[in-house]
Amino acid sequence: MTLGLTALELARIQFAFTVSFHIIFPAISIGLAGFLAVLEGLWLKTKNPVYKDLFHYWIKIFAVAFGMGVVSGVVMSYQFGTNWSEFSRFAGGVTGPLLAYEVLTAFFLEAGFLGIMLFGWNKVGPKAHFFATLMVAIGTCISMFWILSSNSWMQTPAGYAIEAGRIIPVDWWAIVFNPSFPYRLAHMALAAFLVSALLVAATGAWHLLKGRRDALVKKSFSMALWLIVILAPLQAMVGDQHGLNTLKYQPAKLAAMEGHWETNKGEGMELLLFGIPDMQAEETKYKIGIPNLGSLILTHSMDGEVKGLKEFAPEDRPNATIVFWSFRIMVGLGLLMIVLGVISLYLRKTKRLYDSPWFHRFALLMGGSGFISLLAGWFTTEVGRQPWVIYGVMRTKDALSPVSADQVGLTLIIFVLVYFVVFGVGIYYMLKLMKQGPSFSTVEMIEDAGVGHFKTPMRPLSGSDEPLEDQASTTPSSDSKHSDHQER
Amino acid sequence: MFDLSIVWAGIIAFGVLMYVVMDGFDLGIGILFPFFPEQAERDVMMNTVAPVWDGNETWMVLGGAALFAAFPMVYAAVLSALYMPIILMVIALIFRGVAFEFRFKANRTRHLWDLAFIWGSIIATFLQGVILGAYIQGIHIVDERFAGVALDWLSPFSVFTGVAVLVAYAALGCGWLILKTSQSLQTRMYKLMPKLGVLMLITFACVSIWTPLHNPAIAERWFSMPQFLYFSPVPVLVLWCTYAIWKASKNQQQLKPFVYTLGLIGLAYSGFLISLWPMIIPPSISIWDAAAPRSSQAFALVGALIMIPIILAYTGLAYWVFRGKVHVGDGGYH
Repeated sequence: MTLGLTALELARIQFAFTVSFHIIFPAISIGLAGFLAVLEGLWLKTKNPVYKDLFHYWIKIFAVAFGMGVVSGVVMSYQFGTNWSEFSRFAGGVTGPLLAYEVLTAFFLEAGFLGIMLFGWNKVGPKAHFFATLMVAIGTCISMFWILSSNSWMQTPAGYAIEAGRIIPVDWWAIVFNPSFPYRLAHMALAAFLVSALLVAATGAWHLLKGRRDALVKKSFSMALWLIVILAPLQAMVGDQHGLNTLKYQPAKLAAMEGHWETNKGEGMELLLFGIPDMQAEETKYKIGIPNLGSLILTHSMDGEVKGLKEFAPEDRPNATIVFWSFRIMVGLGLLMIVLGVISLYLRKTKRLYDSPWFHRFALLMGGSGFISLLAGWFTTEVGRQPWVIYGVMRTKDALSPVSADQVGLTLIIFVLVYFVVFGVGIYYMLKLMKQGPSFSTVEMIEDAGVGHFKTPMRPLSGSDEPLEDQASTTPSSDSKHSDHQER
Repeated sequence: MFDLSIVWAGIIAFGVLMYVVMDGFDLGIGILFPFFPEQAERDVMMNTVAPVWDGNETWMVLGGAALFAAFPMVYAAVLSALYMPIILMVIALIFRGVAFEFRFKANRTRHLWDLAFIWGSIIATFLQGVILGAYIQGIHIVDERFAGVALDWLSPFSVFTGVAVLVAYAALGCGWLILKTSQSLQTRMYKLMPKLGVLMLITFACVSIWTPLHNPAIAERWFSMPQFLYFSPVPVLVLWCTYAIWKASKNQQQLKPFVYTLGLIGLAYSGFLISLWPMIIPPSISIWDAAAPRSSQAFALVGALIMIPIILAYTGLAYWVFRGKVHVGDGGYH
């Protein structure tokens, strides 16, 4: 079961695998919960049924993502102990309370109000239901706050002492608000909202391409693009600031991200657009770059000095080959998101937003770009802080549990199989719901009276009637139902 | 200045009890599923916990996180000692959790999600019992770290406690369903309940006899004077609870079977705590040996003392919103 790898390598793969799968779902939950709160708030304020119908549509997708996030998250909360017990023993005094605060202030809040949000439409009044939605949305953000505080502390540890072979917290304010935390939190929060906005925009684009031009499709497409217009450039600015923070506190990571080996003394550092960092040869091969731009971005002067990777002992260097590229994938996709936003503004101005199939195809293609750049960003920061699990304090290799490679290999294989099957089905189902698209409710008279949805969706978590498998007989009828509502 | 380790041990004991009670009955529903093959009835059974199962499971995450915060050494050593059962348990919980999501949406593959729900519940429950048994047996610690071998957790005793917890959760599930269902489904639950009560009595009795035989320190605690006299009402209370379950089921009283099942589990749980106190990793690590730095325990305690009452309040609110019976055909999900 060891696959020829050591227990350490297997445990690292296992962590990377389980956390990469996991992060997809909370990212959707955070963004969609916010979107749902906005939709429900607008519905309460304007009584425009479009908002309510969109709410009832996106809550199904939210429910699936949330469920996946919960079950994959339980795995994470135990993995620190099962696979990384030396880390837990050494640093539990700091990371334990942060995780406890996440559970106490966020997990219970989300779980407590999720039931009302998903199944309580007919059981509580509209304001109480909106309150439940708000609590779930706030809960997802509080959860992000604590887990990113914990992660950031591991990247830029502060406010602690080491006594008797373990970490002792000294200043909790300094621990929670450690130097990289504000940047990482802002960067991740924007990422989560961008991921969801791109998903909503792509869903709208799909239905525009299929010929739907009704208010539901237009409204969601338009709302998502407004968010992208604002958030994508903001994200670039926050990312830039985050990079400067990394330069200050984790210079080896930054050098790896830039494929920068030699410290530039007296001359400007170029910004590499392409290259293949070679860890053995200690150089970046085939590089194509723009002179002085690296110095300009990182130091705000034309020939500012930036430490190269060779300043660090080989055993202290992160893998630049991975980090260089994961960083470029993230930035490249981020720039495309800005382009998407800018074009949407232009099309909106010329009133062609809903009538430009090439743009809809672009938006559709960008649907998954949020996830890819999210993962690429996390790979950059997590691979980039190696070989440290707590930066400069504890090496990853010293964090492992006393477990055998056989055990870790076996559980890794199980995780891979289970995750692909279970979360594969979940993702398939989410895609199917997106393909199905939002539909108009049929009992608007009742809803105008403020009673709410006509059905009690008592089934677990989500309120969808859409079967998990394709059913040839139902698809055409649902299509024809859509066409009834087209406004063309 | 009060002893933070004792306060935290109390909070964790409370969190684990909340977990056993709350996730106990919803795991129990999965264990009872095989006896109720009718799809419409299975829908009802599942719907009785659909809005709350996620919150129930959060108590387990709290248990882990509180241990991590207040006794990180225990979290590290016990979780690595029980590596396989814990990982397999969380995987079983994945299947069970997503079954809630997928079962109602599936048509052709519905029986597969039924199986995922059944086996996810059974395996997760059984492994929780195995973990309990392995924990009571003791974990070999040297220099704050697990120093045993990979399969230390597997023994006849831990397998038996696995079965005991299966029975207990099934009984809780049955009691819950008596409360939440009606008509023929409820009638069959009434018939099942006394059998589960008796099974619970037998398995608990076996565990109670087996544990001190295995563990001289625990035997000493229970059978030396004057403790023996203090604890002597316990077997009487156990018998009385079992009788009350039997009688209430016969008389078709809805609330009592669940309450007395809780009573039995509460008695067993208090016995467990009495046996181990003040050890947090039996047989040798006490809560003071394993304590986190005082500043960690104090910081986390502020949050726990403020948040736990609030959590209990809105958890109560959620149960209140979804109070009352769930009927066949509710929701119209076909």
